[in-house]
Amino acid sequence: MQRYIFREELQQTPAPQPVGFGTNMVGPILIAFGTEAQKRRFLPRIRNIDDWWCQGFSEPGAGSDLASLKTRAVREGEHYVVNGQKTWTTYAQHADWIFCLVRTDPEAKQQEGISFLLIDMRTPGITVRPIITIDGGHEVNEVFFDDVRVPVENLVGEENRGWDCAKLLLGHERTGAARVGVSKERLRRLKYVASQVEEGGRRLIDSPRIREKIAGIEVELKALEMTVLRVLAASKRAGESRNADPASSILKLRGSEIAQSITELMMEVAGPYALPALADPEMDGTNEPGLMEDWARTIAPVYFNWRKLSIFGGTNEIQRQIMSKAFMGL
Amino acid sequence: MNFDLSEEQRLLQESLRRLLADRYGFTQRNAAMAAPEGWSRKIWRSYAELGLLGLPFEEADGGFGGGPVEAMLVAEALGEALTLEPWFTTVVLGGGFLRHGASEAQRRALVPQIAAGEALVAFAQMETQSRYSLSDVATEARRDGDGWVLEGRKRVVLHGDTADWVVVTARTSGARSDRAGIGVFLVPASAPGLLRQGYATVDGQRAAEVTLSGVRVGPDSVLGDPAEGLPLVERVVDEAIAALAAEAVGCMSALHALTLEYLKTRHQFGRAIGQFQVLQHRASDMMVALEQARSMAMYATMMLDEPTPERRSAMSAVKVQIGRSAKLIGQHAVQMHGGIGIATEYAAGHYFKRLAAIDTLFGNVDHHLETLAAEVSAVA
Ligand SMILES: Cc1cc2nc3c(=O)[nH]c(=O)nc-3n(C[C@H](O)[C@H](O)[C@H](O)COP(=O)(O)OP(=O)(O)OC[C@H]3O[C@@H](n4cnc5c(N)ncnc54)[C@H](O)[C@@H]3O)c2cc1C
Repeated sequence: MQRYIFREELQQTPAPQPVGFGTNMVGPILIAFGTEAQKRRFLPRIRNIDDWWCQGFSEPGAGSDLASLKTRAVREGEHYVVNGQKTWTTYAQHADWIFCLVRTDPEAKQQEGISFLLIDMRTPGITVRPIITIDGGHEVNEVFFDDVRVPVENLVGEENRGWDCAKLLLGHERTGAARVGVSKERLRRLKYVASQVEEGGRRLIDSPRIREKIAGIEVELKALEMTVLRVLAASKRAGESRNADPASSILKLRGSEIAQSITELMMEVAGPYALPALADPEMDGTNEPGLMEDWARTIAPVYFNWRKLSIFGGTNEIQRQIMSKAFMGL
Repeated sequence: MNFDLSEEQRLLQESLRRLLADRYGFTQRNAAMAAPEGWSRKIWRSYAELGLLGLPFEEADGGFGGGPVEAMLVAEALGEALTLEPWFTTVVLGGGFLRHGASEAQRRALVPQIAAGEALVAFAQMETQSRYSLSDVATEARRDGDGWVLEGRKRVVLHGDTADWVVVTARTSGARSDRAGIGVFLVPASAPGLLRQGYATVDGQRAAEVTLSGVRVGPDSVLGDPAEGLPLVERVVDEAIAALAAEAVGCMSALHALTLEYLKTRHQFGRAIGQFQVLQHRASDMMVALEQARSMAMYATMMLDEPTPERRSAMSAVKVQIGRSAKLIGQHAVQMHGGIGIATEYAAGHYFKRLAAIDTLFGNVDHHLETLAAEVSAVA
């Protein structure tokens, strides 16, 4: 609950949030599966954000079907030698460490031959290549492994039991996927933009059509917020559960769809004023007054970029698949 | 109704498609986008040779006498290849003003240059406060001897950065939103006092902010009646909507095809993802949306010569359907591609962006729905 409130406050400000790969992902995995030495070595640095982490799960051939991953790790004495490729790796360009799913037993059934390895990004043989997204941003990368030697002490859990670690992530930190704070902040921004744009002498915020659409999204978001609070209350009662829960899919689905609907309405309100692709002054380091109003800058890029919300972390199709199979017996 | 194309019309579209298939692949497009002007002068010359640049003008003026159907066929093929050149702004918008508003002398002077690929035209209409309202014009045209002085700022002028001529709407009399008192002026981009600041748009095309500070123009720069220019603007904007609809149909059909190809070749869980029923249904929804859009692009060509009220309503309906279909097809395509759908090195995301941009031009879905909603009447 405290974590939730902290994050929501950051989101609403909006202030930068700590990158989640450390505290929300590899941290809990180390707590559940790590050795004492691993915990002592990594957890304090994760808490302090001394190390930046990235997540090396997806591969070109293994997206939704993660268990088909091919990156190989072969044990040679006190090292694993890793060869293969990860992709869509968020912030690999900034990361000090990557936590990876690698195949250690190619003969075993798909999910049984996978191990969970921690790899120092400075190890020789690692190459990071940027993938530029359609909004022009650089947040994802390809990561290539060419005979990368990883000490065996960086194996988390047992060899060939890495899937257990991966599964823990599915259920963990599920309330984060709802992004309630982010959506609240975006809605406020939307109302601001709708108060700036006018047509026929009337501000768009005064148009009944626009007001109705905003109100409709606010209702959805309120329902989602209540659902999140129910989940938080229930998990407090039951203790943190290690099993996947339909709640995580519900929150991911609704959270992504609501966030995307706000970006769509933002495009609708800004209309042609969203067209110029002007560099963000905060990013390019100048203070020059922009050609366009500041509010216009990010609307289209965010609309484009946020299509990712229904793709990453298990696509919305996969979420619906999980729900119908695992929780409704269909 | 006859929806069949004539032999000549088919040939026109086929030869353009062949040219684009040869010369306008995804990598060539990216190279054109990265060039300083953001598009290719070389391919522009090929368009001229093919007759695309003189297409809608009367033969007597130096054109080829093409009608709305020819314009639709060209726009559709240009949309399929996601072209970046200023055909829409020069030939549809600029050409529209020349055809419907210019004197014979003005047409004789400019049409041959446009047809030869030597003159580019842009349309400077939108202002900070106007959004989609065509009658909301704050830019002023003051009488100055027998000419005019223009003063104001125009926003997001498509291809305004490379245009040789800018068609400017300006208020010659009346209050800011009056329908009367709007003049249309053909201004050389080199006119003293005309400042252009060009930039790329989010769909990889180009536009400019245009500031007019004491720009002097002669009497021969007026297009049509300087006191009653709005009907001319509306006429040209309606032709623009028809052309955008056809371009969007080209984008949508190419994106649908690209997505089908991906569904057949991308494997997950040991099979092509196109075997998952939920994706099959989506692909079918995309096809429905595409055909509905195509029907409306055709409807647009049929309605262009109808009386003004019918024509205006028809174009609103066209733009609504196009916008809805474009959104559904664009979003589904990206979603079904997974991560690769939002990677800039792959074509799908670029189609998605162009479709999103088209919706913002000359009234989006919401704007035109509001117009149509106002026309809904009670039935006793
Ligand atoms: C911005 C961004 C950041 C990312 N960051 C990371 C990261 O840091 N680390 C990491 O490991 N990964 C990351 N990913 C990868 C992400 O997890 C994958 O994109 C996701 O799992 C989908 O895989 P895919 O892109 O290969 O699509 P595919 O799995 O190929 O899916 C294509 C389409 O098929 C559908 N589909 C697939 N299987 C089924 C099925 N059984 N039933 C119905 N439909 C199906 C999908 O829903 C999708 O619509 C990121 C992705 C993005 C876009």
